[in-house]
Amino acid sequence: MITGPEAVAALKSCGITHVLWIPDTALGEWEPALSGPDGIPLIRVCREGEAFGIAAGLIMGGKKPVILLQCTGLFEAGDTLRNVIHDMHLPIFMVVGVRSYFAYRDTTTMDTCPIYTEPIMRAWQIPYVVLDERHTAADLASAYNQIQAEKRAGAVLLAE
Amino acid sequence: MMTQLQALEVLARKRSGQMVVTTMSSAGIWPKLSDSPLDFHYIPSAMGHATDLGLGLALAHPQRGAFVLNGDGCMLMNLGSLVTLASQKANVLLIILDNGLYEVTGGQPIPGARQIDFANLARAAGIQHVFSFDALEQWQAGVDEVLNGPRPAVVWLKVEGRLGQQTPKPPRPLKEQIESLQKALGVC
Repeated sequence: MITGPEAVAALKSCGITHVLWIPDTALGEWEPALSGPDGIPLIRVCREGEAFGIAAGLIMGGKKPVILLQCTGLFEAGDTLRNVIHDMHLPIFMVVGVRSYFAYRDTTTMDTCPIYTEPIMRAWQIPYVVLDERHTAADLASAYNQIQAEKRAGAVLLAE
Repeated sequence: MMTQLQALEVLARKRSGQMVVTTMSSAGIWPKLSDSPLDFHYIPSAMGHATDLGLGLALAHPQRGAFVLNGDGCMLMNLGSLVTLASQKANVLLIILDNGLYEVTGGQPIPGARQIDFANLARAAGIQHVFSFDALEQWQAGVDEVLNGPRPAVVWLKVEGRLGQQTPKPPRPLKEQIESLQKALGVC
């Protein structure tokens, strides 16, 4: 699991200017690092669709935001995601916590989140990489830098 | 009660360099009053998210700030954005044009049409600077206080509904609008 300080350092190394989020249990552990004195301006939204709209405005204004959300919020935010990525063609970058990923792999959960997250990413035609226990914050930075270089939207699915 | 065109004419006369985000009905009216690269007509949109777009732009360019010309139906789809806006202390003036209708789909009533107190919703969300006008003369008399005041601020304007309207088309495609806006902002 990437720690909060590691995530913040990686995002800062990428030039991320704002973090938009609704935390889940795993991403929530990044809160102290994100909101601390060496953190990144944190915009707390009420629903995940808002995060995509605000990120669109920030990008149009020349900033570099990242959206941190749980897969459940991804499901909720579909229409805004469609609009800002496919109508507006903005290079949105998101980190999606996949709830129960490990438990599903181990067949110890009935949670349907892991079943639908990747198919939904493919349906929305958003390239993604999965980061699990083998990966580090360097992989997070690498994913961001790749989508920036290719001037497109992309996602990291963070196994939880 | 004023028409939407009358209401927006008051704002257009006083606008001084702010970015303006329109959506739905206002996207069909504002181009009659302004043709600036700082105007962004958010169509096709994700309905309810013009406020978010304006907030992002204003956070990126706080000195310039943004006007968001939202509809009542759009506002209802994203009431949480009032809370987010209040928490950011951003340079955003959110105008809620309350015509009681989903005008661009032909004029069906919104839920709770003409019974919703958008001013109190905004205050309850934490917006400290909230104004209401239901007559053109009042809006004309109050606009300077609104524009010279702190942000974020919300203005609730009760306007006449129009039946038989169609979804407006933006004067330029989104891609072209984004490029013009970014050029005007000096970000590309």
